[in-house]
Formats: sequence, C-alpha cells, structure tokens
Amino acid sequence: MLNFSRWAVAAILLPLVIGVLCAVPTFLPEATVAHLPRFMQTRVNLGLDLAGGSHLLLEASTQDVAKQRLTNMEEQVRTELRRQDPRIAIGDISSRDGKLSFMVRDPAQVDAAVERIRPLTQGAGLTGQRDFNVEVVNSSTIVVTPTDAGIANAVKSAMEVATEVIRKRIDEMGTREPTIQQQGDNRIVVQVPGLQDPKALKDLLGQTAKLEFKLVDTTANPAEVAQGRAPVGSEVLPYPGNPSGVPLIAVRRQVMVSGEDLTDATQGFDQNNQAIVNIRFNGSGGRKFGQVTSQNVNKPFAIILDGKVLSAPNINEPILGGSAQVSGSFTVESANQLAIALRSGKLPVALTVVEERTVGPGLGADSIRAGLIASIIAVVAVAAFMFVSYGRFGVYANIAVAINVAVILGVMGMLGATLTLPGIAGFVLTIGTAVDANVLIYERIREERRRGRGVVQAIEFGYKEASRTIFEANVTHAIAGGIMLALGSGPVKGFAIVLLIGIATSVFTAVTFTRLLVARWVRTHRPTEIHI
Amino acid sequence: MKLLKLVPDNTNIGFVAMRKWAFALTALLTVLAVGATAYKGLNMGVDFVGGLMIEAKFPQAVETDKVRSVIGGLNVGESSLQQFGDPKTVQIRLPLPEQGGAGAANAVVEKTRLAMEQQFPGVTFSRYDTVSGKVSGELVQTGVLAVMLAVIGIAIFSWFRYEWQFGVSTFVAIMHDVLMTLGFFAVTQLEFDLNIVAAVLTIVGYSINDKMVIDDRIRENMRKYRKMDMKSLIDLSVNETLPRTVMTSVTILLALGALLLFGGHVLRGFTAAMMLGVVVGTYSSIYVSSSLLISLGLTPAASEKRAAKKSYAGNAERVGPRDDGARP
Repeated sequence: MLNFSRWAVAAILLPLVIGVLCAVPTFLPEATVAHLPRFMQTRVNLGLDLAGGSHLLLEASTQDVAKQRLTNMEEQVRTELRRQDPRIAIGDISSRDGKLSFMVRDPAQVDAAVERIRPLTQGAGLTGQRDFNVEVVNSSTIVVTPTDAGIANAVKSAMEVATEVIRKRIDEMGTREPTIQQQGDNRIVVQVPGLQDPKALKDLLGQTAKLEFKLVDTTANPAEVAQGRAPVGSEVLPYPGNPSGVPLIAVRRQVMVSGEDLTDATQGFDQNNQAIVNIRFNGSGGRKFGQVTSQNVNKPFAIILDGKVLSAPNINEPILGGSAQVSGSFTVESANQLAIALRSGKLPVALTVVEERTVGPGLGADSIRAGLIASIIAVVAVAAFMFVSYGRFGVYANIAVAINVAVILGVMGMLGATLTLPGIAGFVLTIGTAVDANVLIYERIREERRRGRGVVQAIEFGYKEASRTIFEANVTHAIAGGIMLALGSGPVKGFAIVLLIGIATSVFTAVTFTRLLVARWVRTHRPTEIHI
Repeated sequence: MKLLKLVPDNTNIGFVAMRKWAFALTALLTVLAVGATAYKGLNMGVDFVGGLMIEAKFPQAVETDKVRSVIGGLNVGESSLQQFGDPKTVQIRLPLPEQGGAGAANAVVEKTRLAMEQQFPGVTFSRYDTVSGKVSGELVQTGVLAVMLAVIGIAIFSWFRYEWQFGVSTFVAIMHDVLMTLGFFAVTQLEFDLNIVAAVLTIVGYSINDKMVIDDRIRENMRKYRKMDMKSLIDLSVNETLPRTVMTSVTILLALGALLLFGGHVLRGFTAAMMLGVVVGTYSSIYVSSSLLISLGLTPAASEKRAAKKSYAGNAERVGPRDDGARP
C-alpha cells in the first residue's frame, strides 16, 4: 500500500498539475488570457453577485399565446371560407372559453366548410395529433378547439423567437457577455454582468414592439370616443399624448402598414430638434404606405406601439419614398430604445419580469475582498491548527488542502462554472471538510499505534480503514450537493457546484495525494516512531 | 514537539448512560424550536414572500427612522427597514405594486432612489431584488422539496447500506438538526432567504457526514466484538471516534468563524446558520442518532445475519479481543 510504482505516481501527480495549471488563468489579467491558446483559457467566471450586474427572469403568458393563436385562426377561417367558390356564409362567430365556434348559414355546406378548414390545422407532436380539433356540433355549428399539444407547440416556437429577439436587443445595447437562456416552458433568464442601469434594459425587454400604422377615424363622435365607444370598423385606443386632452382616440381597425414591413429604424431629430425615430419600409410596405397616404391627404393617421397611440400626425402630402418618421413625446434615450426594439423585431408574446436581482459593482467588489480575506484567514487558521495537532502529517494535509483549492478553481475553469458569493462560502467550507478526511486517517493511525501496530502497518491500516469511511461519508454529502444542484436556483446552485467539485477533488488530494507524500517519507526515513 | 490533543487518549465517557436525560433535553429543545417557529414565524426574505428589497449604502451613518419617514411619504406601500451589517447600510423592504408588472416595480425603485438622493446626498443602492409572488411561491416549494429529498435520500442510503435502524436514527437526527436551525431563525429573526436553504442543506450534508463516521465505526465494532452488549459497544464506538469528531468540528468552526467575522455582511446569516448547524449536528450524532440505535433494538446478532447474507464478513483477522496498551 505504501509502494507506488512510477506510473502510479505519474497518474496521481498529472491530474493535480493539470488542475493547478488550469487555475492559473483565473489570476491573470483578461487581456493576457485572451492571447493564450483556446484550451488554456480556463477562467472562472464571476457570478453577478460578485461582478455586479442584473439577473432577470422573464415570463411569457401562455394564455396570451393561446389567445393570439385563436385570433389568427379566426382570421384564417374567415378568409378561407370567403375566398373560394362557392363562398360559405357563416355567422355567430365567438371565441370564448379558448375555442372558436361559428354557425354555417346553409346546413348543406357544413361538410364542405369542415373540409376547407381541416387543411388549416397542422400536425403537432409525435402522436399524430393535430394542433386544432375541428368538430361539428348541433349539425350546423363548427367548433375549432386548440389541442394541448398544439398550444405547447405554439408556446415553444413563440419562446424560441422571443429568446432570439431578446438576444438581438441586448446585443444592440452593446453590453458584454450577456447570458440569455430559456428556462422551463415559458421563461427566459437574462443575466447581464456589470450593467450600471438595469432600468433601460428592463424597459427595452418589456416592449413587445408591435408597431402599426392605422388611419384615424375622423367620423367618430368625440363624446362617444371619450366613453370608449367607436363606430363599426373602428376601435378606441389609448392616446396618452392627445392634444385634445382626452387620452383616447378612435382609429380604423384595418392596418395600413405594420412593423413587419420595416427594414431599418434609427434615432434622429425632426426640424424642431425633437427626438424621433426614422423608419424605412421594404418595397411592399413602402408601396402600401405611399398608396394610403396619397388617398388620405389632409387626414390624420395614428402611429401605434403595443396597442398605444404614440402620435397622430396629419398627412400633409403623400409619403412615397418608403421612409417615415415616428414622432411622439420621446427623449433621445427612449427614441433610441424604440429604434433598437423595432430593429430587433417584435416579440411574439409579451414578457413580464417576475424576478430581478441587481447588484451594484461596489458591493460585488466588497464581497470579493471580504471573501478573499475570509478565505485566507480560514486557510491560515485551519493550517495552523492541523500543524499543532498532527505535526509533519498536518503539513502534508495542508499541502493537500492548498493544492485542492487550486484544483477546484482549475476544474471550475475547465467546466466554465461560475463563482458566486455562496460559492466562496462553499470554498471556505470545503477547506474545513477537506481536512476532515485527513483527520479521519490520522486519528485512525493514532488509534492503530495505540493498539500496538508498527509504524508502517498503522499507516497502512489508517489509510485503508479510513478510506471506506471517507467514501461513505462523501457519497452522502454528494447526495445533498446533487439535490442542491438539481433543484436549487441562483445562490444555492453556485454553492452546490463548489461543494460537489470540492467533494470529488478533496477525496483525491486528501487521501491519495497525502498517502503518496507519507509513503515517500516512510520509505526514505524508515521511522520507527511517528509523532502524530 | 508536543502535539495538541483535544481529546485525551483512552477517553471513556458514558454517553449511553446519559441518554434518557439527553433525549428529554433534545425533545424539549426541539419542541421549543418548533413552537418558536410556529409562534414567532420566520423572518422570510423577499425570495420567499415576494416583494422588493433594496440595500442602500449611505456615505455616513443614518437613523433608520429618518429613512423610514422619507419612504413613508412616497406612497409606495408599507416599508420595513433594518440596519444591515454596519450603520451606513440600511435594508429596505417594500411590497410589490399589485398592478403594472415589471414597469411598476421599476417605477417604485426609481421613485425611492430620487427621494433618497434628495434627502441623503451620496446614497447608492448597492443591490436590489424584486421577486414576484408566483416565483417566490415556487422557490418555497423547491426549497422545501430539496431539503426533504436530501433528508429522505440520505436516510434511504444508510438504510440500504446498513440496517434499517441506522436509516431511522439518521432520519430522526437530521430532522432534529433542521428543526433546530429553523427554531434558531425564528428566535433571532434573522432573515431567512435562499442562501439559508443552501445552509440548511449543507448542515444536512455535514451532519450526515458526521453520523456516517460513527455509524461506520459501530458497524465495524459489531463485527469485531460479537459478544459485547450494545450499550458498551456504542459507547466504545462514540469514544473511539470522539477525537475525530471534535477535531473536525473545531476545524470547520475555525473556517466558518473566519467567514463570519471577515466574510462581509451578505453572508452573515448563512454563516451563522452553518455554525449553529455544526454544533447541533455534532450533538445529534452523539446523542440522537447513536443512542437511538439502542432504543430501536439494534443488536450485533441482527447485523451479523445480514452481514452473512451479504457475505460481507469483513476483516476476519480483526476479529478478536482488543489489544489496548500493547506496544511493539
């Protein structure tokens, strides 16, 4: 047991050397690390609580997605039944309780209607289910019900698009190294380190950025509009900046041009030096915009963002060039934000911030300093205690702990793990528990010596018997750590990562590595008595 | 050089003889802890109840009452303030606005920031958290689930590995540790947040580590001294492992003490929980789990039957009388 072959020695030392080397880049300046080859760039990332920054958890409403899908379906059904010959007349359309139902006026056409609607549905999932079920009830009413698989599919694709849109928006803001990940079915985690002002970020993420241009309904009776009623074919929308004082306005339901036809959006200034957003349409959007504006000269149109009217300027002359200005009571900052949001596309679903954690860079730096000081004091105190308790063997344990700390950092660097404040606590705790393995071994050696075993035999027995206990104890400890990693969020996870890596590496350094040190000493000195 | 030995050689404390008293004391303390938790409740952080938490750092020491009156005039709901760490830092808790979602929470933070900057020039918000009620509910659920799974998972592990008595005694001892920690937080009214869940899980991990070492020794001695009665056997095992138990507790307390004094205010609650857990966990290893084995009727014979079945005969050469005191 105390004899190590050359190969065994190499096999023990090599991973330790690699581990320690991987820890080095963490302590080098970032610029230096960037010059190193790819496999050497094993830096430990600092968590937001240490680096400062914002963590946002955004949630999409699945109900919204379902509702929107139903509205789209209604639109599709209408056009489909109207489009072809023979035209099928329907009535009594309702989309209550999450399903769409309507009556076919001519009972003879019911089957034909079903035949035409069926192709509008699509396969969903692997079970051969469709995304909508089409049924006939009461012989003349057709009910279109979304299936669960269909809704799940729709949410999934909406979330994929939303994640992409958010990534674009944050990239446009020019922040460095953001993390954007989908979590669960309908959530997105956004982590932006080193951000000074998360307000701008949240404002940006909160915008759906659905931009529409609609004509203002000038025929509407202002008194009725003030009460929220609009003529047929029009709707009342909020208009916070309405010069007439009433924060409402009636606009035509029909969309002139929508944000989908945008190709570019930039912040600029108008002739009065007010902040505006310059937009540019693609070919078809430009044509549509030109056409409507030429037909409606001297009438106002509304610029609508996320269901709210920003402004309702007058069409003084036809706008033909395919570009336009969006005005409203913007500041330079808010105009710039809108431009970013418009450029990155509209969010398919509204997102709300359900959790936010922001740490200022000052506190992060304080935490790092405090954590570092605490770790150093902990190491010194534990090392001194081990030395006065076990002498030479205590020194071996201390070397093992020192290497262990470096190896944990190295492994974290290799895995690209993140060090958080609770992670530092995990470190300090690992220092405490790592020596536990050595304490177990050394106490066992003391015991075996007291029972009269010789030096070599006592050491062999100490390592052998204690190893089993250490293994058992660490398995159970790892169970707790694994559960923390699986279920924990944020701080708990950061702690669990360090704990688990620490358990794995400490068994290796505290048992195998110290045995190597002890064996070398015993072989070269052949002691007949040991101080332990 | 004379080496430090915290526990003298051949210490023999009659732990088992004291177990009735210990059980009574443990039961009393546990009931008190549960009672305190039920009666006083835990000072839940925003992680678990939802809301807005702002940590404000002032250039010089401030009176919380002054800050309270400034925030009181903002109409942002009922605030609760607490000095945090040092006299320059104040933690402000506010309810989340019921409507308006993310933007509304933003507005509250901005409003508070403006008002505070006016009254106390140089103040900065070093961190703030907003957690919605929905998310906090989930965090409570996963937190409770994590602790329960850990306790049950570990109990099952030690049941499979040893006899069922070990599983039960471990389970009881760990529940005791968890309840005592909760009681500590109820009595001190320290903030109970996500970090504390990590601390509780670590206490569970540490405590089980400690129990495994003693249980392992009990098993070993059961194979070694088949004729010894259970009480002496457990006393022997606990005493044999006592130097290690004390050494490890002291090293970990040293490390945690450094963290408590120098690790900064954010981790203070976490570290306090851990230190308490180490003390409680060590106590329960000796008094709750080991002594409970006797009450659960563990006998060497029962263990032998199982050992034989599993052909886990152990080290035959070690079976025999103890040769204490003999020197080579």
